[in-house]
Amino acid sequence: MSDPNLLLEVNDISLSFGGVHALTDVSFAVRRGEIFSIIGPNGAGKTSMLNCISGRYQPTKGSIKYAGKELIGLRPNDRCTLGIGRTFQNLALFSHMSVLDNIMVGRHHQLKNNYFSGPLYWFSRAQKEELAHRRQVEDIIDFLEIAHIRKSIAGTLSYGLRKRVELARAVALKPDLILLDEPMAGMNLEEKEDMARYIIDLNEEWGMTVVMIEHDMGVVMDISHRVMVLDFGRKIAAGLPDEVMANERVKKAYLGEDDSDADKPAEVA
Amino acid sequence: MASAHSRMRCGEFRTTYQQDMTIFPTPLSRRTAVGAIIFLLLAPSFLSPYLLNLGIQIGYYGIAALGLNIVVGFTGQISLGHAAFFGFGAFASAWINNTTGIPVFFCIPLAGAMTMAVGLIVGIPAGRIKGLYLAIATLASQFILEDFFSRADWFTGGAYGAMANPFSVFGFEFNNDQRYWYVVLFYVVAMFLLGTNLLRTRDGRAFVAVRDHYLSAEIMGINLNKYRILSFGISSFYAGVGGALFAHYLGFVSAEGFTILLSIQFLGMIIIGGMGSVMGSLMGTAFMVLLPEVMEAGVHLVGSNTPGLTQALAYIKEMSIGLAIILFLIFEPDGLAHRWKMIKAYWKLYPFSY
Repeated sequence: MSDPNLLLEVNDISLSFGGVHALTDVSFAVRRGEIFSIIGPNGAGKTSMLNCISGRYQPTKGSIKYAGKELIGLRPNDRCTLGIGRTFQNLALFSHMSVLDNIMVGRHHQLKNNYFSGPLYWFSRAQKEELAHRRQVEDIIDFLEIAHIRKSIAGTLSYGLRKRVELARAVALKPDLILLDEPMAGMNLEEKEDMARYIIDLNEEWGMTVVMIEHDMGVVMDISHRVMVLDFGRKIAAGLPDEVMANERVKKAYLGEDDSDADKPAEVA
Repeated sequence: MASAHSRMRCGEFRTTYQQDMTIFPTPLSRRTAVGAIIFLLLAPSFLSPYLLNLGIQIGYYGIAALGLNIVVGFTGQISLGHAAFFGFGAFASAWINNTTGIPVFFCIPLAGAMTMAVGLIVGIPAGRIKGLYLAIATLASQFILEDFFSRADWFTGGAYGAMANPFSVFGFEFNNDQRYWYVVLFYVVAMFLLGTNLLRTRDGRAFVAVRDHYLSAEIMGINLNKYRILSFGISSFYAGVGGALFAHYLGFVSAEGFTILLSIQFLGMIIIGGMGSVMGSLMGTAFMVLLPEVMEAGVHLVGSNTPGLTQALAYIKEMSIGLAIILFLIFEPDGLAHRWKMIKAYWKLYPFSY
């Protein structure tokens, strides 16, 4: 039907909660293999947009197509089998499970054993299957450098590590499209650098298309291929990072009316 | 026992993932498990019938408690109707055996499957409601099933109760404590191994994921409704098997035993043993079964010259259970399983504190 290079097509999405219009007629498209960032001031509707894609919210109107398939009406757990993974802004790990089990939950829809064959572990294929997936999960653990904490309980870890485990869990879904909601919030510079490197590797080596919400302008400008700006639920700009940064409306909305320092946006965020 | 891995002994090296995923992680724990099984196999030859009776009780209640732990401890839901499922399993096994003549050997798992079917139906509200509302819904199922037991003469024998034939294999009847001990032991080992395997594979992880963070569980591809209802089904299967073992042990089932009080006792077992711990279910059951006996022995010990104490024995038994639950909630909310882990860690590091 449409351009096969487009992985995600969002058309005229509106979302209202009673009288609050969280999103109004937002349209954009994400190409296969790009890092697409959504930025905007607090309350602009960025996370609402992500929730519409991952299925936590049903938009009031509009359509979202993933690889040509309509997503509206599908339940969140069905969307992940299509190849959409995500992380959350506020940590959403299974806090009483070990890091390893958290990541193994990400393999849920790829595993075949169930409440009947699982208990028969040694006599069904469950053991073999679990071992095979354990091996693949260990690749992800190696990649994200969390081997030393794989047996720790997720709830006991530091903030930066938890963010990394959450990313690992989303990667375990083997998504084609990964939605990252503020992957660098609350991290120090070093952790941010690591995270940026992981995101680039996921994009370039693991071949994942990334849609990312991030407030750190330095990171957004450095690693995104394209950027979209939301303000009060409306799309006000989209394009290459430099173009977007040069846009007058963006400066006004995102960086405030004061233009005395407008040519150094990276510092402001 | 997964968290035992995090404090691995030194000198313990694992070179394959398979070694890393065993139920008993260290040679010592493997030897202890084998030793315990050998001890339990030999137990009928030297334990008194009184102690064997207590052990059998711990066995069938423990299986049912593990079932309750799956729905409450692992999936994070609440069930106040577990005793009714236990009772349903007891009646179902006796009924299948009495009406169709299928040997008791097959009736026990069949009764589990029947109870599972009932549990799946009762679990349907769990897909929609949570917390207090779900507690009331399961309370309703407790009373509906109790009512069913007293009215459905064809199934339960109504007010007269139902006879249950003894467990037999090729004509050999397990009709006394020494023999029935082995039936219960087999089922305890089998059901606890199955339970442990369930909880370390796909669907078990899904249960815990639903408990810990249902929103992100859904994003991870877990169908919330399915797993919330399924956990009730599996929990009922365990209750049904436990109930069936109970029926064929006593030889007679009557509706009076499966009241809300027993449901609360099941909850007490998993609170004391440890929510979300497989072995905790068994420890808590042992505690709940043995506590009244210890109280009785204690009262008889000091009570010979204080007759008031002996008269109050029934109340002391009841109160001690309530007190134990309260004390555990305050001082050890993670239960005996957690305390046991702490003790092991303490001896591992002794004489250093950490």
